[in-house]
Amino acid sequence: MSQLLEERIGEWRAWLLRRAALQTRDVDELEDHLRGQVSALGQAGLDEDEAFLVAVKRLGDLDSLSREYAREYSERLWKQLVMAPRADEGSPGAGRDAAVAVGLAVAAAVAIKVPELFGRPLPGADDTYLSFYSRNLSLFVLPLLAAYFAWKRWLDATLRPWAALPFVAGALIVNLLPFAPEGYTEVLAVLHLPIALWLGVGFAYAGGAWRDHAHRMNFLRFSGEWFIYYALIAFGGGVLTAFTAFVFRAIGMDVEYLLGSWVVPCGAVGAVLIAAWLVEAKQSVIENMAPVLTRLFTPLFVLLLLSFLVTMVWTGSAIDVEREVLIGFDLLLALVLGLVLYAISARDPVAPPGAFDALQLVLVGAALIVDVLALWAIAARISSFGFSPNKVAALGENVILLVNLAGAAWLYARFLKGRAPFAALERWQTAYLPVYALWAWLVVALFPVIFGYR
Amino acid sequence: MNLDKDLVAASATPLVLAILSEGESYGYALIKRVAELSGGELQWTDGMLYPVLHRLERNGYVQSRWGRSEVGRQRKYYRLTKQGRDELARQRRQWRVVDSTLRGLWLAAGGPEPLEA
Repeated sequence: MSQLLEERIGEWRAWLLRRAALQTRDVDELEDHLRGQVSALGQAGLDEDEAFLVAVKRLGDLDSLSREYAREYSERLWKQLVMAPRADEGSPGAGRDAAVAVGLAVAAAVAIKVPELFGRPLPGADDTYLSFYSRNLSLFVLPLLAAYFAWKRWLDATLRPWAALPFVAGALIVNLLPFAPEGYTEVLAVLHLPIALWLGVGFAYAGGAWRDHAHRMNFLRFSGEWFIYYALIAFGGGVLTAFTAFVFRAIGMDVEYLLGSWVVPCGAVGAVLIAAWLVEAKQSVIENMAPVLTRLFTPLFVLLLLSFLVTMVWTGSAIDVEREVLIGFDLLLALVLGLVLYAISARDPVAPPGAFDALQLVLVGAALIVDVLALWAIAARISSFGFSPNKVAALGENVILLVNLAGAAWLYARFLKGRAPFAALERWQTAYLPVYALWAWLVVALFPVIFGYR
Repeated sequence: MNLDKDLVAASATPLVLAILSEGESYGYALIKRVAELSGGELQWTDGMLYPVLHRLERNGYVQSRWGRSEVGRQRKYYRLTKQGRDELARQRRQWRVVDSTLRGLWLAAGGPEPLEA
């Protein structure tokens, strides 16, 4: 092959690689095709130049080609779909996007301080309104996050009321229901409302197409990445706050009030939006962290669960169901599920089964056993002490997790045996999302009524 | 003859699966084989084959591996899986239904098939 042809193929490759939907390996495959075609055409009598042109033309025009790849690989695109266009194409949208995100972050920071104007100071020195703030915390910020995505995804005007519905409903429920002071049902509502509303944000995130499997998967990816960013910002913010307090104390000034009632709460709600914007805009920077984190923590959690099970069998002691213990187990299992979701969303769906997938199966299996044990303990406690909001909530959550983990274990096993594609696992998890939403709303809206607000 | 776009898209899956059931193959060879079998009547836009192959792989119907071509170039080979075989059988049944229904209609309409005229 001549030097000229090599150059042309090089340019053609570079041009293809600029498309977000195509990755190096895809271009390698297409290049092999192109070269095959060029040499066949050459044998048929065309000169190299003509052969190259015909071969490129036969591959189809680039726009429709990359559209086909995009349809097939929405996970590659989820970051580019809406993110700022690359610099080489000029980026008129990027600046505006940042401005909107920062504007909404400021709005969230203002929102959290508004009740103070009406004589409801943030908890801290004065805890009179602790319950008000804990019930409404997610309502100060998540509607703004939903608004951000509604703006970004050009959410259809007819769908906007639907996107707003969960937030209006949530606000009405937690503020109008006559919760008993410090009652269980109130604590449960406080814990479950953010979950319900987060899935409500998913509606706007998907641009209204919430039934779509690929959009749901992207929302799961987004949630995982958002969590990483938020944790990073929170850590940085914590360090910054500590040093601020320290340096001002050194010159004899007490800024703790300022930090506690302004910097920390405003920063915490604003960071929700900033983290979301960072996930959207800088996705590729952190892309490789999700797989690394799962690979790091999956073995550790397997170790934790297995050693717990072994110790339990060894000592013959059953789970002692105190209230805190129950919640702890729920959290542990939810965390394991989060890890599994994370691993699923970070994995290349067409890679063949490997040792890490087997480890995932062990993790899911161990969690499944722990879940059954916890369920057993809860059931025993309910049968001897009767129903209480906490126990029913724990029971429901354990059953939901049990079904999910059992399905995941089954599909992982089939995948490892080569009987099912990895996509089946993805679909199982995305199809399960409404179950969480339904349950969260049930706990927020109906538990107080059923259990008489106690 | 230029086949309808929708028809080309719909027939891509059974064609690819059926050709792969003959043994491992790769993109360029698949396209050549389709052209050969159809006597050049079925023309694909070459590039469109690859997203189809990738979708089949994602659904677990085919498996791929990177190998080397005769001249040592990197080449991605595909082969059918057990599920791919099942899917092929399923597709075959479906196409048979379409085919026999249409055939009945053509016959009922009378006269020789336009192609043979």
